[in-house]
Amino acid sequence: MEILNIDNITIQFGGLTAVKNFELKLQSGELVGLIGPNGAGKTTIFNMITGIYAPSVNRIYFQNTDITGMKPDKIAKLGIARTFQNVRLMENLTVIDNVMIGFHLHLQSSIASAIFKFSGYVQEEESIYQKSTELLEKVDLERCKLEKAGSLPYGQQRKLEIVRALATEPKLLLLDEPAAGMNPQETKELMGFIQRIRDDFNLTIILIEHDMKVVMGICERIIVLNYGLTIAEGNPKEIQHNPEVIKAYLGVEAQYA
Amino acid sequence: MKKQNKKICTIIALIILFILVYFAQNRLDAYKIRILNLGAIYVTLGVSLNLIYGFTGQFSLGHAGFMAIGAYVTALLVLPPYYKEASFILEPLIWPFTVIHAPFIVALLLSGLITALAGFLIGLPVLRLKGDYLGIATLGFAEIIRIIANNLPHITNGALGIKGIPEFTNLWWTVGVAVVTIYIIKGLINSSYGRALMSIRENEIAAEAVGINLTYHKVMSFTISAFFAGVGGGLFACLLTTIDPKAFMFVMTFNILAVVVLGGLGSITGTVIAAFLYNFFLEYLRPIEAGFNLGPIHFPPIPGLRMVSFSVLLLVLILYKQRGLMGGVEFTWEGFFRFISRIFSNKKTTEGSAS
Repeated sequence: MEILNIDNITIQFGGLTAVKNFELKLQSGELVGLIGPNGAGKTTIFNMITGIYAPSVNRIYFQNTDITGMKPDKIAKLGIARTFQNVRLMENLTVIDNVMIGFHLHLQSSIASAIFKFSGYVQEEESIYQKSTELLEKVDLERCKLEKAGSLPYGQQRKLEIVRALATEPKLLLLDEPAAGMNPQETKELMGFIQRIRDDFNLTIILIEHDMKVVMGICERIIVLNYGLTIAEGNPKEIQHNPEVIKAYLGVEAQYA
Repeated sequence: MKKQNKKICTIIALIILFILVYFAQNRLDAYKIRILNLGAIYVTLGVSLNLIYGFTGQFSLGHAGFMAIGAYVTALLVLPPYYKEASFILEPLIWPFTVIHAPFIVALLLSGLITALAGFLIGLPVLRLKGDYLGIATLGFAEIIRIIANNLPHITNGALGIKGIPEFTNLWWTVGVAVVTIYIIKGLINSSYGRALMSIRENEIAAEAVGINLTYHKVMSFTISAFFAGVGGGLFACLLTTIDPKAFMFVMTFNILAVVVLGGLGSITGTVIAAFLYNFFLEYLRPIEAGFNLGPIHFPPIPGLRMVSFSVLLLVLILYKQRGLMGGVEFTWEGFFRFISRIFSNKKTTEGSAS
């Protein structure tokens, strides 16, 4: 089943074309890597999928719904969740609160029943608490659930951000450099974790990552961007031997090597 | 600590508060009651400002404007019709204000609702702004409300203001309203909606990315905040018995803002403590202005010295407690009992070392 259809989008900021003619058709359950040098437009693509920017030309469809120009919260409700390159947690709130926020968009109770703690709301809150604790257990964060999110080490903040994204019960998950700032051991765990959540939650995942071990290790399909243009697409093997990619990543000197 | 026990503790605390209010209302002199009344009204106003500024993180300077709406609505509703006819001398009061008359509680509720409506209408466009810009825009709206009040003589009696408002406000009302305000706003904060509001304060982009509708939540918080500001304004009108547009200048907003910042942004407990301290200090520093002797040195009476020394107090507090008195921490029964037991255990250790 096709879950995401990005139809040749282009976005311009003034005279700068950040992304040009980007095309992506994503089948449900895929794990796709998006790589490219800094400034290639990877995060801009995420920002367009999640509604922070609208593409200047052409449209984006999620499960056959046109989401171009929708507000980020609407898109999140439809089932697209993301993490950010520079971690964006609610730093002064506790770890568990950070996860529970993710469940807010599914809340059924009205404001009045939340204020006066009617039984319907209390039940919902309890189940949210339960589900959040379970999610935190998956990443071994549940023992520090009452600590402030900002006080966690960087690697754990990244994990917490992924868990918060999972709490919105998404169908499509966009991970923006999840392995940044992690040591090799943590990176290895993260790779396993990403594959596990894809299977457990029936997710489709797009991954931006500079750590080639991660990208080559878990992605089935990789798209390479350079200066806003898609320069290659294929499975890890194909990408590794693509001369265009080597040129973009290593520079022309590579030819003499 | 079990939920049941907490409830019992809260009920006991409320009963103690009830007894305290009973004695204060019957035993204290009018001056002291007046200060307590002001303190309790500031609790209502401060907690409502804390909701929008401290918890939702939206810098709003419009509270004086909301109070003004509440105060005028209450005044027009509780004044007896014959009295209105006599006091509107600039221009006659227009229908339907000439005939409407309502009991105090209905007037307060209507003040809240009408102010909430105004808050909703102002909030919808203004809350697109952020930070200082939002502050300036809300301040502008508060001034607009005040100037409208100044220029609608057939409704507000213009600059003359409305006088002879029945003095309905007493400690039962002010403390009662403060308790209800705290109950409702605390209920909101400790709910999923409250978490959403705080996540907007913490990181708007992330909040939106997890599906929180920014406009809806900001406007909701602003509207609820305006509701209680309106009720507070109503109480204020029936405490002073006379209101005019000058009472709702920026200084009023500043006072409430000072209470919220002093108590600590995002702490209801802090706001409650600061509201009373603020009013106590403002009043009990009055003798300074009358001139006094400090040992051999004689200080002559200087008008305004009270505000100067008050500012110094504020500065000292801000130097030593940057995040306010409570620093964003809330009162909980667990914390309270831990505190008590710590005091007792301290005593024991000192006794032990003495023997």
